[in-house]
Amino acid sequence: MARFLIRRLLGAVLTLFAVSVLSFLMFFALPKDPVSGMCPKNCNAERLERVRAELGLRDPLVVQYTNYMKGIFVGRDLGSAQGGRCDAPCLGYSYVNSEAVTDTLARVLPVTLSIVIPAAVLWLALGVGLGMISALRRGSVLDRLAIGFSLTGASLQLYFVGAVLLLVFCYKLRLVPIPSYTSIFDNPAKWASGLVLAWCALAFLFSAIYARLSRAQMLETLSEDFIRTARAKGLAKSTVYGRHALRAAITPVVTIAGLDVGGALGGTVITETTFGIQGLGRTAVDAVRSGDLPTIMATVLISAFFIVVANIVVDVLYAVIDPRVRLR
Amino acid sequence: MSLSPVEGVVLAETTPVGEDPTGSDREFVGRSPGQLAWARLKRDRTAMISGAVLVFLMIVAIAAPLIARLYGVGPNDQFQDRLDGNSMPLGYVGGITGDHWFGLEPRLGRDIFIRMVYGMRTSLFIAFAAALITSAIGVVLGILAGFLGGVVDAVIGWITDVALALPFLIFALAVVPTVALRFYGPRDEVPAAFQVAVLIGVFAAFGWTSTARLVRGQVISLREREFVEAARASGAGLGHMLFRQLLPNIWAPILVSFSLAVPSYVTGEAALSFLGIGILEPTADFGRMIFQSIPYLQTDPAYVFFPGITIFALVLAFNLFGDALRDALDPKSSR
Amino acid sequence: MSENVSTATATAPAAGGTGAAGATLLRVEGLTKHFPVRGGLKPGGGGAVRAVDGLDFEVRAGETLGLVGESGCGKTTTGRMLVRLLEPTGGKIVFEDRDITHAGRRELRPLRQDLQIIFQDPYASLNPRHTVGRIVSMPLEVNGIKPPGGVKRRVQELLELVGLNPEHYNRYPHEFSGGQRQRIGIARALALRPKLIVADEPVSALDVSIQAQVINLLRDLQRELGLAFVFIAHDLAVVRHFCQRVAVMYLGKIVEIGDRTEIYERPRHPYTRALLSAIPDVTQLGPAGRIRLTGDVPTPLNPPTGCRFRTRCWKAQDRCATEEPALVARDGGAPVACHFPESGELR
Repeated sequence: MARFLIRRLLGAVLTLFAVSVLSFLMFFALPKDPVSGMCPKNCNAERLERVRAELGLRDPLVVQYTNYMKGIFVGRDLGSAQGGRCDAPCLGYSYVNSEAVTDTLARVLPVTLSIVIPAAVLWLALGVGLGMISALRRGSVLDRLAIGFSLTGASLQLYFVGAVLLLVFCYKLRLVPIPSYTSIFDNPAKWASGLVLAWCALAFLFSAIYARLSRAQMLETLSEDFIRTARAKGLAKSTVYGRHALRAAITPVVTIAGLDVGGALGGTVITETTFGIQGLGRTAVDAVRSGDLPTIMATVLISAFFIVVANIVVDVLYAVIDPRVRLR
Repeated sequence: MSLSPVEGVVLAETTPVGEDPTGSDREFVGRSPGQLAWARLKRDRTAMISGAVLVFLMIVAIAAPLIARLYGVGPNDQFQDRLDGNSMPLGYVGGITGDHWFGLEPRLGRDIFIRMVYGMRTSLFIAFAAALITSAIGVVLGILAGFLGGVVDAVIGWITDVALALPFLIFALAVVPTVALRFYGPRDEVPAAFQVAVLIGVFAAFGWTSTARLVRGQVISLREREFVEAARASGAGLGHMLFRQLLPNIWAPILVSFSLAVPSYVTGEAALSFLGIGILEPTADFGRMIFQSIPYLQTDPAYVFFPGITIFALVLAFNLFGDALRDALDPKSSR
Repeated sequence: MSENVSTATATAPAAGGTGAAGATLLRVEGLTKHFPVRGGLKPGGGGAVRAVDGLDFEVRAGETLGLVGESGCGKTTTGRMLVRLLEPTGGKIVFEDRDITHAGRRELRPLRQDLQIIFQDPYASLNPRHTVGRIVSMPLEVNGIKPPGGVKRRVQELLELVGLNPEHYNRYPHEFSGGQRQRIGIARALALRPKLIVADEPVSALDVSIQAQVINLLRDLQRELGLAFVFIAHDLAVVRHFCQRVAVMYLGKIVEIGDRTEIYERPRHPYTRALLSAIPDVTQLGPAGRIRLTGDVPTPLNPPTGCRFRTRCWKAQDRCATEEPALVARDGGAPVACHFPESGELR
């Protein structure tokens, strides 16, 4: 098991490095020059060049990359205009936002986390629960409704659902305030009411997928012989289904859940755009649009980090759920 | 020894060729697993209905110019005279009339129906092309990884991990305008064909991972099967084993994956357009239409609903058909 | 089953094909296969599963050698090595005086025509997406052989030879029963006119009555075509019906080898005796004469020192733990690997 984990961690580190290299190469090709954007029309070329040199944009690519990576691990010195010494993890300074990237992240990351984590809890509980129940009561009205629900949800678009929810609950019925973010530590009620529409939109769509998936998995598991044996032994239904069947059926759900949550943490761009909330996704989009390289790199690395970590967590969970995996 | 319908009616003597207890001399043509699947599919009502809907929509998409001619209105025709002082369409439900079945767009006054027809065309084309390319890439990589195992598998697996870790939207946001700028100036109008090609390329770069994983899993479970070993024992080379033995056994899940990939690309392309990097003006596009319609959510909800419902119906039909296809191809899988 | 078979054996002459033993077709010396085991946290890995640990035997043209033993004794692994589906880790395989132990694909090519294999599972050994005709003609296709009269004709001949209706050329495996599928597998093995066929438990997955049919088919084919067989099985009654010589395997080694009458009527190795006593015989009710072996088969990862059977043998003594008995002829009988072989007729 330990050997397995070490191997996965190594692979993860390598992946992250590859991601950082690829992103660096990719965004270096952006024609948008961050410097020209930050200066009002009358900046002269000389000043721009000086700023560029200070930002290190004139250095060869490899040097820029090395400096950047060095900054992440041990910190580096930026020019005085950028705040001087930048301690590890140093993600650079954004001229567009006029702040250290780490500060930007500290601002927007909680927003995305606040959107994704409660939504994930909702969609997993609802989706897997619905899927299981509908598998157990196959063919009943509830089952058909559940199938209908999941097909509908899987075919809808997030922005469409978001728009409809906004229209109905926010504008027409005025049940919820216009979506915005307040920190949970400041005002939990406002935090929740500001995000509830986003949670519902995400939960609706994702739970449909999970309901479908877990239903199919559960049905397959229920037809296995060992379930028949367990029932024949006289075990209570809750034990058979809850302990035995669930455990066997849950593995693919765990994989997909890991990928989805990991990916979502990297920035739910559509959700944020639809509801007008400034989270990690919107920040990333804005950064790309304005050519803000340090912020772009930071958002890419963070989202890759989440995905990679999610994969490892999924693998560990696999090993916990499925003893056969441990023996490998 | 003769073959009798009830096997085990024992050690009879050899009967001459052609004599058959059932009495017929016809040449038997068995039904292949593919043909059986098709028969099952035909019996499934949901599959047939959704299949018919899909075929209908595809015909509509292909025949877009023809429909425009019959309908009498083009996608870029503007009907400013049908708008009121606020640039909102006159009449009920966003301007539905006999001439304009789904009403008009605010501001520019373009016909929504015909724009949706053209939008469907773009979406379907991109989705199918992207699904085909990603399936092809995924199949090749999956077969290589699954069959050769070892280092090849490890490398391909790692590449897959990197591709999965890269945030698709952010990269797409960066790549799409950039590539356009490399070939065309900032003020030039980028031809629709180019935009389409770029989008397909972006999808292809990221989308092959799920097919690759799927195919790899299938190949791994198949390569130890004895009919593969039989081929090896007879001296078959790698090519024969991959293409003659394995491939016929994996096309079913590939087909299902393809049919479910198409709607996800329809959705994906609409999402990119929603963010402003999909197909640009003036070409009609679902995602962009919805994006542009959101400000009019309260004042002209029809403008939001028509494209929204249509894309929903399209994706739903694909999902239903894909599910039915999966059930038909693998009767053991549970519905 | 044993009823039918034993009476049949009593009356049938010793099947010897067209004139008994010919030249030596296949010779195996010290054949070994160890599967390395991935050590847990230990660097350099752990030990190895010693699936096959030094086999010596030979097969003559037209002769059938049975290879029997419990599950896990290494017989299937041996079969796979003979047709080079697995690479031996030690020892030699010599076919028609050619050393094929580590031959590459190109060298093996012509040999594939002489050495074929029939598999155990009739459901997994046929490609479900291919027609029967395509399955049977696969060896021809793979080797680029075009028989005079065409491939289809040859396939139909083969189908007929194994007792199937040649008109079923275009049918798919799922339309056939287990026994018929096994026949298809046999037809496929015969396509290249091999000299020796390795039959890996060809009837173990079939119903008892079908087993009889398929065995008889194999016997007829052997006579008509002069085929040699290495017949791997765990069912001793079936082996008796079909094989002229029998080798008994235990935990990767041959413990006794001899011809049919010697093995079945005068078994020398304690293990062979125990196996034979376990054959259900309806004519003898009750436990009389049953030798019950206690304990499980030891792991091939770490086999017992000396004689591997000693942990379950009722005659084991100190010498058995220190000195491994060699497979040599003792007391004028067939080769047996035991320090204290049994003597006398089987009860």
